[in-house]
Amino acid sequence: MSLRSPLGRVLGLGTAKDGTSHWWGQRVSAIALLFLGLWFAVSLATMPGFNYAEAVTFIGRPFNSILLLLLSLSLAYHSYLGLQVVIEDYVHAPGIKLIALVLSRFAHVLLAVAAVFSVLKIGLNA
Amino acid sequence: MAEFRLPKNSRIKKGKHFAVANGASNVRRFAVYRYDPSSGENPRLDTYEVDLDSCGPMVLDALIKIKNEIDPTLTFRRSCREGICGSCAMNIDGGNTLACTRSIDSVKGDVKIYPLPHLPIVKDLVGDLTNFYAQYASIKPWLQSRTPPPPDQERLQSKEDQELIDEPSACILCACCSTSCPSYWWNSDRYLGPAALLAAYRWLVDSRDDATGERLDELEDPFRLYRCHTIMNCTQTCPKDLNPAKAIAETKKMLAERKY
Repeated sequence: MSLRSPLGRVLGLGTAKDGTSHWWGQRVSAIALLFLGLWFAVSLATMPGFNYAEAVTFIGRPFNSILLLLLSLSLAYHSYLGLQVVIEDYVHAPGIKLIALVLSRFAHVLLAVAAVFSVLKIGLNA
Repeated sequence: MAEFRLPKNSRIKKGKHFAVANGASNVRRFAVYRYDPSSGENPRLDTYEVDLDSCGPMVLDALIKIKNEIDPTLTFRRSCREGICGSCAMNIDGGNTLACTRSIDSVKGDVKIYPLPHLPIVKDLVGDLTNFYAQYASIKPWLQSRTPPPPDQERLQSKEDQELIDEPSACILCACCSTSCPSYWWNSDRYLGPAALLAAYRWLVDSRDDATGERLDELEDPFRLYRCHTIMNCTQTCPKDLNPAKAIAETKKMLAERKY
């Protein structure tokens, strides 16, 4: 039990003077994903055959490679920001929260790097 | 972790039933949350039958009638009975509102009455608002000006200036909005909640206040402000038809504006 005043408790450790870049980043990446996602969906839908060779040729075209890189990066970034909020919202045990935040960051960087590497491997070999 | 199920000692049991005296024709049932933390017993749901022919039209009228005539142990806050004091805020028929401005007629079936959600309970329908009031105090809800007031008159505002604060200053701090917000449920220790943020906005847009920058500094925090995820329960539930969600969105816009 603590006799700290209610106001003292609310003021806590003070303001982090942060959050606006996170909020802005989430919105900007959402706009990017709107366009990239549309392009990706249309591309998949209009792909004539749905086989390996077709996919490799598609990824190998420079225009597609670039957009796929952008899609992977914005998707990983947007998903990282979103998952961070979910963890902060619901996970309150300090240790588990820290571990979850770090793991989420690692996982998103890993996914982004893997996606970029795959696209580059096909794109640069084409 | 967030709590998705009530702890064992908070689960609601079936309570007592108070039947109306014979001969009443216009009877409504009120199911009311009862809890006395000092009793060591679980919360229960008591049902009261009320003869509406001898009762006022509002839910608060029925509660007062129950307390006066049926069960004096029922505890709730009330004062002005006209929607300006904010005391009788409670959860009626699944939504937070003021018992004094919610008519019994507007509820279908049994009238279910619970305290405001996710507050520690003092007794029955009375929630502990200590943290809520401290959050209000934390945003410094008073004029901060570096401009000396005119020596011979009050600080003047234009009509447009006043209109900006008309709505946000009509808040009665009943806590309906904050306690309807899931983000506030999970993080009320760090998230200020819609009521305090609406009050903060009221001072951000006050033309006589010179502390806009400092106020924004204090709000710019991943928890204090940015726990708002635009769920908008606050605006939907506000018994005064105010729009805390819009005030929060405007505050976020001001922060973005000064940064980008």
